[in-house]
Amino acid sequence: MSSRERILGRVRRALADVPPGEDVPVERDYLREHGERTVEETVDLLAENLADYRAVVHRTDTGSLPGVVAELLSARGASTVLVPPGLDEGWLAAAEVTRVPDEAGSTPHELDQVDSVLTACAVAIAETGTIVLDGSPDQGRRRISLVPDHHICVVRVPDQVVASVPQALERLDPARPLTWISGPSATSDIELDRVEGVHGPRTLEVVLVR
Amino acid sequence: MSGTFVGMPAFPAAAREAVRDTTLRGNLRHATHTIRAKRARAVAELDDWERLRQAGKRIKDRTLRHLDRYLVQLEESVTAAGGVVHWAADADEANRIVAELVKATGETEVVKVKSMATQEIALNETLEAQGIHAYETDLAELIVQLGKDRPSHILVPAIHRNRGEIRDIFTREMGEWGRPAPEGLTDTPADLAEAARLHLREKFLRAKVGISGANFMVAETGTLVVVESEGNGRMCLTLPETLISVVGIEKIVPTWQDLEVFLQTLPRSSTAERMNPYTSMWTGTTDGDGPRNFHLVLLDNGRTDTLADEVGRQALRCIRCSACLNVCPVYERAGGHAYGSVYPGPIGAILSPQLRGTASEIDASLPYASSLCGACYEVCPVAIDIPEVLVHLRERVVEGGEAVREGNKVRLRPAKGHAAERAAMRAARWALTRPGALRTGQRLASRTRRLHPRTLPGPGRAWSGTRDLPPVPAEPFRDWWQRTRGGKDGAK
Ligand code: SF4
Repeated sequence: MSSRERILGRVRRALADVPPGEDVPVERDYLREHGERTVEETVDLLAENLADYRAVVHRTDTGSLPGVVAELLSARGASTVLVPPGLDEGWLAAAEVTRVPDEAGSTPHELDQVDSVLTACAVAIAETGTIVLDGSPDQGRRRISLVPDHHICVVRVPDQVVASVPQALERLDPARPLTWISGPSATSDIELDRVEGVHGPRTLEVVLVR
Repeated sequence: MSGTFVGMPAFPAAAREAVRDTTLRGNLRHATHTIRAKRARAVAELDDWERLRQAGKRIKDRTLRHLDRYLVQLEESVTAAGGVVHWAADADEANRIVAELVKATGETEVVKVKSMATQEIALNETLEAQGIHAYETDLAELIVQLGKDRPSHILVPAIHRNRGEIRDIFTREMGEWGRPAPEGLTDTPADLAEAARLHLREKFLRAKVGISGANFMVAETGTLVVVESEGNGRMCLTLPETLISVVGIEKIVPTWQDLEVFLQTLPRSSTAERMNPYTSMWTGTTDGDGPRNFHLVLLDNGRTDTLADEVGRQALRCIRCSACLNVCPVYERAGGHAYGSVYPGPIGAILSPQLRGTASEIDASLPYASSLCGACYEVCPVAIDIPEVLVHLRERVVEGGEAVREGNKVRLRPAKGHAAERAAMRAARWALTRPGALRTGQRLASRTRRLHPRTLPGPGRAWSGTRDLPPVPAEPFRDWWQRTRGGKDGAK
């Protein structure tokens, strides 16, 4: 007998007391959103919660975005930036940096040499201060937002902002590789003192663009 | 029997030792009290907490009561998405499968993200014996591994180490394993984290094989979820060419939508955050992004035996948030090591004896590692009635009875030398089977008051040995209230 059959057999014997055809109803009477907010207030909450977990938040409009991106990169002293294949080229129009394309062939060591990464996102969650990346062409492979030490993420507001986790899951496609990011990486493993930045980017800047 | 730390003394002896260790006790108290207060604040932000908790409970019950169906569905969806599913009936089989998969890649090094399932089966030791080095990459696990130590807390495994000790361990050991600690390393947490970042980065960048567990597996879509803070999980899940995930069969949720409950309750219960810094979700393999080979090893190792127990099976709802540890007065005093298992605290006290049976002295004593105060149940985000299971398991230790071991029905013999407990249990059962009786420790303790020695029975002895037990009032407040009010309104 294979272990598959053995385990399934054990499960079925263990559940001999469960009436056939039984289902356990799950009441989803919890909230789809906590509190009532206008669209504007939801975006404010996103900004507030992002900042609370030590992401650096900037707000701008489409016209000024290239200038803001250029400024952030130069303030950081970045000379190279990773660019997902489908990123709006205009976003980097004002930046004087070397663009490093996101390619399947790059090695992790090569990515480790790049100063910054610029991506879009799939959705942002206000209640938790979370941005979610889904590997779309304007976000690139998962590793590009991981290895460089500085991540700039552009969120289109209010379209990409939802209030809550349940609303975010509705918008996401489980078939895509998803990365949920809430602030820069952190650890509290040493006497519960929170330290920002262990292995992921130690600086996360989120630009809210309308 | 894997998972029992070899040479581990039974809970009473281990707890007595730990209670004497003042550093450990200080660290633990600081840690548990800090997380406890933060958790309460994070939970209070959601005014539908109780509804989320009930939904979480129901989703897990739905899964467990039809586990065969969901396992088959999960296998189908993972396979359809490009993954390979393996089934492991016990620890040995899981270790064998993983070792063979690693060997097939030709690699002798793997990077690991913290996983309780792989600790439970002692995977690292097995791989090491076959010439494969497994590097733990969670900061706390790194501290534990470099310190040649055992984890003491589900979430903060190095909770028993303070910063000075960690600095000494890094300075002494890092060079042995790879990049040495920087010269003149200080003991500030930021410097220690930086040392870990540098030390581990070279391992991440060259790793070809990653090993993980998972917090959730979605049957309907085949999606696996790993919730973490440091980014080491993302490194292990995306940089290597081959990813092997070893996951207990109870980690399934039926639908994608079900995640909306747990992604709200888990971070707040565990690290007291609105959301943990990183959550990774992947479904099989993705062309050109992440590992090209994905293997999922489904682990039984006592879980189906636990499932066979109608009272005890609720322990399989556990999402390993560790909230119950942080509120447990016994855990706070005794520390995680006293439980002799990778699962410490209240959840360990009900899970280990079920996964491993109560044949060993430590496992037989675990159901007594509690004062039945009920705080663990109150905070549990999937509403596991830990006191109920403890009482049930005590009864089985004391009186013997039917259980399932490795898929076979066995009859357990009553434990010897538990006469006092047997008497206490009789009284406890009396209280529990009365209509309307409360299942609280307070009530229970009062009912069995005459049977109470000044110290707790079993493992609790070590705890109460250093601290006077609060005197049990002859009549708990609630009894008094019910009696006097009952006099006016008529008995309810
Ligand atoms: S038993 Fe409940 S509180 Fe304890 S770790 Fe498991 S889910 Fe968390």
